[in-house]
Amino acid sequence: MAVRAGRRVADVVAFTFATAATLFGLVWLAWILWTTLRQGAAALTPSLFTQMTPPPGTSGGLLNAFYGSAAMILLGVVIGAPIGVAAGTYLAEHGRYTRLATIVSFMNDILLSAPSIVIGLFIYQLVVRTAGHFSGYAGALALAMILLPIVVRTTEESLRLVPDQMREAGFALGLPRWRVTRQILYKAALSAILTGVLLGVARIAGETAPLLFTALNNQFWSSSLNAPLANVPVVIFQYAMSPYDEWHALAWAGAFVLMAFVLILNILVRLLARKGNQ
Amino acid sequence: MNDAATALRISLPQLEAAPPSTRVSIDIRDLDFHYGKGHALKNVSMAVPANSVTAIIGPSGCGKSTLLRTINRIYEIYPDQYAAGSIAIDGRNVLDRRYPLSDLRRLVGMVFQKPTPFPSSIRANVAFALSYYERLSKSEINDRIEDALRQAALWDEVKDKLSHSALSLSGGQQQRLCIARAIAVRPEILLLDEATSALDPISTAKIEELIHELREHFTIVVVTHNMQQAARVSQRTAFFHLGELIEFGSTSDIFTNPREQRTRDYITGRYG
Repeated sequence: MAVRAGRRVADVVAFTFATAATLFGLVWLAWILWTTLRQGAAALTPSLFTQMTPPPGTSGGLLNAFYGSAAMILLGVVIGAPIGVAAGTYLAEHGRYTRLATIVSFMNDILLSAPSIVIGLFIYQLVVRTAGHFSGYAGALALAMILLPIVVRTTEESLRLVPDQMREAGFALGLPRWRVTRQILYKAALSAILTGVLLGVARIAGETAPLLFTALNNQFWSSSLNAPLANVPVVIFQYAMSPYDEWHALAWAGAFVLMAFVLILNILVRLLARKGNQ
Repeated sequence: MNDAATALRISLPQLEAAPPSTRVSIDIRDLDFHYGKGHALKNVSMAVPANSVTAIIGPSGCGKSTLLRTINRIYEIYPDQYAAGSIAIDGRNVLDRRYPLSDLRRLVGMVFQKPTPFPSSIRANVAFALSYYERLSKSEINDRIEDALRQAALWDEVKDKLSHSALSLSGGQQQRLCIARAIAVRPEILLLDEATSALDPISTAKIEELIHELREHFTIVVVTHNMQQAARVSQRTAFFHLGELIEFGSTSDIFTNPREQRTRDYITGRYG
């Protein structure tokens, strides 16, 4: 009896602890969402999406910042995702047992954990200083550099999860490696690879540090990627630091939209992963 | 029937039938195989006759799967695995590096222990390698798909759902799909690596029946853990132990009158 009572107590303690820890995490998330919503409520109007960032003392929206962020994220994905998938494929398939793959994989781990400000500084030196001006291209490049190692790692891992039997079955039919990879392995790993890309997008959507020195910011509408480009994270940073109430509200509203975007991406990831398991 | 077969309580229905074909399909000479430091096959020589079923039996780790994996050189996708000696198919040594892999693997189909349907439709699975090897019109491809599925005794079960995912089929159906996929490119040789060990008895019986029918058109080599299965489906049986070919002969001889003590011990269940 004593043993059973002891186990029951241990069970209750573990259950309580686990529940408390879960709630602790959830409370912060709910609190953040609630705060951004409440503080940004004043600016969460249709004009948030139709007007430009305003000068102090007038009302406006974040259209130019949303556009700039979307353009840089998109370009970042267009640059980073294909290279990342290709490199991940090399690591998992072509280079599997080679020394080069081990080295590349190790370097990728370092890039994965490199502080984003370092990446910003690197692109600043490489692109901004060379070109002589801040630009959306530089910002997109910095975001691509952050996305790249995430996609490399998830592609490699998703391909490794495809059983070797699948490869053998493809090779046993006499198909060349690229065909086995493209037509069998990518298909089997598709949802996992897409999940990696989406998680990477969620990560770069909120990056501020690498944009500070690359895209900078722009108070006005500019569709050119070859000039300083407005973007949500930097606008949030500047407006939140300002003394103006309208700007504060816009910063909070921007933060709320960003959180909502990341949340939706994560839900998409969940759905994709579930589809992949079927 | 002698005591070894009696001890196994197996019936050997077809032992009298099917005189072994005389044409040699796979001529294996002095084959050695190394996995890193392991020596998996030792000086194996055997002539596999055409249009018959040859069973490879032996305890785990005896090299029977390795032998199959050497015939289509599938081992080459892993590092540190080497084969020496020769395997002649149609008079040419396929172990020669100059022998093109895609030619070899078109000639030699393989089916694995676990069903390995590709994550696409039933149709696409069968057509997979076809479009790589041959330029065919759409209707020719459809004909070949139907032929292959009929030969694999799967056509009636899937003809109305060719565009469904292959993953929606049962395990036994998936395995017959893999057989259809392998024979769609019209190989001469079919290697079955414990192809029924992951299946239920009814699916196993279907596949055994299928092997029996396919023998007319293909040279079939099956690796099996199941001695009754070897006795049921094969005309010739090879017994391997610790990488050596101990005995190779007609299935009736191996099961009823083995020459070697080790073969006798294995088939009567003394080890394995």
